[in-house]
Amino acid sequence: MTETMEFRTYSSPHLSGPSHVGRLMRGVMLAAVPGLLMAWWFFGWGVLINLMLALATCIGAEAAMLRLRRRPVRATLADGSAALTALLLALTLPPFAPWWIPVIGGLFAIVIAKQLYGGLGYNPFNPAMVGYVVLLISFPREMTLWAPPQALAEVQLSLVDTLAWSLLGTLPAGTGVDAISMATPLDTIKTQLGLGLTLTEIQADPRFGDIGGYGWEWVNLGFLLGGGWLLYRGTIQWQIPAGVLGGLFVMALLFYAVDSDTYASPLFHLFSGAAMLGAFFIATDPVSASTTPRGRLLYGAGIGILIYIIRAWGGYPDGVAFAVLLMNMAVPTIDYYTQPRVYGQERK
Amino acid sequence: MTDTSYPEIARNGLWNNNPALVQLLGLCPLLAVTTTFINGLGLGIATTLTLIISNSVVSAIRKLVRPEVRIPVFVLVIASTVTVIEISMNAWFHDLYLILGIFIPLIVTNCSIIGRAEAFASKNRLRAAFTDGLAMGLGFTAVLVTLGALREIIGKGTLFAQAHLMFGEFAANWSLTLVEDYRGFLLAVLPPGAFIGLGLIIAVKNIIDQRRARRPVHAVAGEAATA
Repeated sequence: MTETMEFRTYSSPHLSGPSHVGRLMRGVMLAAVPGLLMAWWFFGWGVLINLMLALATCIGAEAAMLRLRRRPVRATLADGSAALTALLLALTLPPFAPWWIPVIGGLFAIVIAKQLYGGLGYNPFNPAMVGYVVLLISFPREMTLWAPPQALAEVQLSLVDTLAWSLLGTLPAGTGVDAISMATPLDTIKTQLGLGLTLTEIQADPRFGDIGGYGWEWVNLGFLLGGGWLLYRGTIQWQIPAGVLGGLFVMALLFYAVDSDTYASPLFHLFSGAAMLGAFFIATDPVSASTTPRGRLLYGAGIGILIYIIRAWGGYPDGVAFAVLLMNMAVPTIDYYTQPRVYGQERK
Repeated sequence: MTDTSYPEIARNGLWNNNPALVQLLGLCPLLAVTTTFINGLGLGIATTLTLIISNSVVSAIRKLVRPEVRIPVFVLVIASTVTVIEISMNAWFHDLYLILGIFIPLIVTNCSIIGRAEAFASKNRLRAAFTDGLAMGLGFTAVLVTLGALREIIGKGTLFAQAHLMFGEFAANWSLTLVEDYRGFLLAVLPPGAFIGLGLIIAVKNIIDQRRARRPVHAVAGEAATA
């Protein structure tokens, strides 16, 4: 039958990739699950309550803004970028934050930092980090009330108790705010060094654990695991995490070698605070990060170095958010000077 | 320009060509001072007075000044005016003067003042120049006051705090506490709050202008559809 014979030809390229924004975002969220579980295990139900509140706020705000801007609501929400912003924001918040902390943070992240700039793909700053920084400078007291790891806590709040604290601000009878708060390892180092103690004395405290602080090292390990999976899947390129962790490591090593009584070890820095979360999940945001291979390395290294500078000499115990936002500002310049040479183009 | 009508001048100053919302001039004091309603009002009145006096003087001497040296002359006029206002404020509103601080002498560098001198006062009669100064000053004050009120409400949960600095002792209890036990939203008081707030006010103005511009078009389209 000649008329049924077909010889289809297609123009190149012939490989169709299964990747699109929604799939990418869901992959990143899935990769954050180990770290999220670790955070829940060590810091309690507050982590999940923050996540739920942030998710509801971010998705609601995104839908409202899309309606106002007369953009397709359902299709845009399905890309999962608002949910990912909510997840990253929630992971940075103190576990026992009052309910309005994730709500205000989520509103700022989506409405001001993302939609007012034109939505996904147009925001020069990482939305989750804008939300976090707004909260940090506006509500320092709530934002520094960090929870102790469960095993070191005087009381362990159940899900219902944590909900009551988050929504109503009430604690079970006989429990004070002091019982559910403890300075983070990074914060402790900062304040105790100010009192003239040496690091060896400070780190004898049980909250310092083995490497990066009890609980914190496991949370960071969880994010390292998820980050490794993202690298393996090709969702993120190696340059940014390598830059961040390399920059942080080299800076920490230099100062640790000079004076190990004042400057914590490089491994402590890599496994404490938001180092791994920042390196694999936050700095790699495809919209606000650098897009050239060499640029990504520079951008990451800048973040790593800034994190160390803020941790060691800045006013805040951790500096991932500030470092990421500062380097976001440098991205256009970095991209301009690191454009890859087109094949055949003369070297300047 | 010489035959501009007074309602037109007023509309330009207050809305269509508002120094803060459309020309985007004088933003430095605008953003720095508007942490409260009263601060905004204080700077607004000082700027309005400067605009009225400098506009009037520049208009009065416009035929005596050679065009080659007009800018230095305008600057001298504005600087003298601001100096007089600064010293008067220091004498009669000393506490407010201390809060507004460097931003009173800095009115000299407010671009909208020399802008009006050059663009309007030097080409128009005295009464028109006076009206323009008043309208532009009131337009600027309106934005200062709106932004100040916005930042005070969001940042501190109060309104008209420290009104006695301006209206004397009988205004001491004007301060309204809008939200009891408000924790304060520090961002609104800090400089980023000023930028975000001004951006939102400009956006609202643009929305209103767009709605207005669209209305006649709709009417025409409606007629065409029924025809």
